[in-house]
Amino acid sequence: MSSTSSSATSGQARKERPLSPHLSIYKLIPNMIASIMHRITGVALYFGTVLVAWWLIAAAAGPAYFDYVNGFFGSLFGMLILLGYTWALMHHLLGGLRHFAWDASKLISKQMSTKLAYATFIGSGALTLLVWLIAMLVR
Amino acid sequence: MSIKTPFKRVEGLGSAKDGTEHFWRQRLTALANVPLIIAFVWIVVSLNGEDHATVAATFANPFVAVVMLLVIVSALYHAKLGMQVVIEDYIHGELAKYALLVANIFFTFGIAVLAVFAILKMGFGS
Ligand code: HEM
Repeated sequence: MSSTSSSATSGQARKERPLSPHLSIYKLIPNMIASIMHRITGVALYFGTVLVAWWLIAAAAGPAYFDYVNGFFGSLFGMLILLGYTWALMHHLLGGLRHFAWDASKLISKQMSTKLAYATFIGSGALTLLVWLIAMLVR
Repeated sequence: MSIKTPFKRVEGLGSAKDGTEHFWRQRLTALANVPLIIAFVWIVVSLNGEDHATVAATFANPFVAVVMLLVIVSALYHAKLGMQVVIEDYIHGELAKYALLVANIFFTFGIAVLAVFAILKMGFGS
């Protein structure tokens, strides 16, 4: 706000204006958790792109560096990161499908959105397990 | 000189002046991401535990290389759009906001170009 448009009195008045209800006012419902998780997983995947690029660069660089990077991803710490990355990807994918349904004004009722929120959590857990199971089997 | 009336010039554009363009591109890239991310997971899972020669040979396949290029371009464009909204939602100081908006563009384009270079290097076989 520029100083020319706010006199001392309007500054005073602004302080007393009511605020619209915010997050802390509402009871936490499953849909809100799924919603913030979609954002958190999106941001996690954003930084996870560094790992994807790192792996590709290692593969392009040659056997020695590739083995080093593979060693990192194969370590316990590396596998924990990959497990989290897999879950984030699956949760964000299902969350995205939810958004597509809502964009089409489908499945947006109070009851349905709660069910969808649970479905995203159960679905993302199941898909993560499935992907890791297949990864273990093909190894 | 345009013969549009002032109303016609702003109609449907909203306060950010680009209308629903950002939303549309977020959805478009999200839609593209669905099959691409499935393909990406498929590629990575099938390469689990393989040595360098196998991985390099896989990316030397033009089909795999092109799919992977699409994964990178679509995902990072989508991530750029998404992170922009997150920054605009939470960061309100002018300087910090613009610094982060610029950093977001540099980061996503930088990572994308690094990955694209690596894929092309393997795709063209070396
Ligand atoms: C798997 C396929 C994907 C789908 C279907 C998808 C879908 C979506 C959708 C619909 C949104 C908009 C949410 C909203 O308007 O509130 C979104 C946001 C976002 N996505 Fe994705 N996405 C996918 C993959 C990715 C990937 C791979 C990344 C990162 C590299 C990513 C990063 C983000 C970020 C940072 C946001 C912003 C989060 C927010 O505004 O709350 N997404 N995604």
